[in-house]
Amino acid sequence: MQATSDEALIGRIAAGDKLAMHLLFARHHVRVYRFVLRLVRDESLAEDLISEVFLDVWRQASRFERRSSVGTWLLAIGRHKALSALRKRPAQALDEERTAAIQDPADDPEIAVQKKDKSEILRNCLNGLSAEHREIIDLVYYHEKSVEEAAGIVGIPANTVKTRMFHARKRLSELLKAAGLDRGWP
Amino acid sequence: MMMEEREPNEIEALLPWHAAGTLSRDDAARVEAALARDQELARRYALVREELAETIRLNEALGAPSPRPLQRLMTQIEVEAASGIRKRGPLAIGRWLEALLLRLSPRTLAWSAVAAVIVILLEAGFLATVFVGSQGHSYRTAAVEQAGTPGSYALVGFVPQASAADVTKVLETYRASIVDGPRAGGLYRIRIGEGGLSRDELAKIVDRIQQERAVVRFVAPAD
Repeated sequence: MQATSDEALIGRIAAGDKLAMHLLFARHHVRVYRFVLRLVRDESLAEDLISEVFLDVWRQASRFERRSSVGTWLLAIGRHKALSALRKRPAQALDEERTAAIQDPADDPEIAVQKKDKSEILRNCLNGLSAEHREIIDLVYYHEKSVEEAAGIVGIPANTVKTRMFHARKRLSELLKAAGLDRGWP
Repeated sequence: MMMEEREPNEIEALLPWHAAGTLSRDDAARVEAALARDQELARRYALVREELAETIRLNEALGAPSPRPLQRLMTQIEVEAASGIRKRGPLAIGRWLEALLLRLSPRTLAWSAVAAVIVILLEAGFLATVFVGSQGHSYRTAAVEQAGTPGSYALVGFVPQASAADVTKVLETYRASIVDGPRAGGLYRIRIGEGGLSRDELAKIVDRIQQERAVVRFVAPAD
């Protein structure tokens, strides 16, 4: 049996079908939550925001134009909600790269490498990237968005997406090097 | 061939998407060909694959949200469905009104607000007259007659900019629920609390609701 497509669910939601809303939520809410959570870094706020994302879908389903996939549309709404929420609390929106949080400041890089395996250091450094860099890396690696889809979600040209991804990776290498892992690139 | 440049060339820039499997067939073939002939590029591609694997692990470790967002969403949908905000006239009327108000000068707007208040007061006076007239000295609002359910009630109007989430939050805060509306003037009848409140208790809660100025434009006790 073939599952109902997202687009078909959107059509049913536009007609006021609450069950279709449940199905779409079940299908996408975890990914949207994780994307939003990585931006706002506040679980409670992220939960509030995904309610609002899907409420927007409920209200605007009839206006969905199929220029992107439903998943991409949801992430774009989620991003907009997250950035709006961050603007409302500027003190917390300042997203300094948290290099200090990457490792115990008492440890020098060699000791840090000994204490943690490479994967853990890499994940910590991914967490230490700026929101802009985290976002593009998540969209490409985890949410499997093409250049064009990522451009649509972030609202920048496709070439800028490629450049931003490159610089995010470059910054990641710098953080890894500071944490004692020199990848020999860039 | 070694790749020494610091800015990405076209193929190197595509490595993350190649690893994620989101390139077109043609682009993927170009990247594959470049990887086959360039060892340094292949080494960098191995780094990309590590990043991809750890990004997935990192995101998967975030877990899932609690049932609260779904509950909140469906509550908001029910509120909108009950008030007809989404499907029927009020939203369209609201947009028309919003567009109209944007075109008005501040002075005109002020007079319009005065006129609206007068209309609401006249309507309230009319309803009171009807019921006082028909039931002798026992003054009751039309709302009580419609519901017939014991409890404490109020009439409330929300500011046009308030979202359903804002409205829901205020209602939850005061353990209130919409039982009727929208009525003329965009007013809703809400039931406050589970049981009946004393007149003083109701007045205090109404005062507190009145302070929610970002969401509530009008609130008054209703019998």
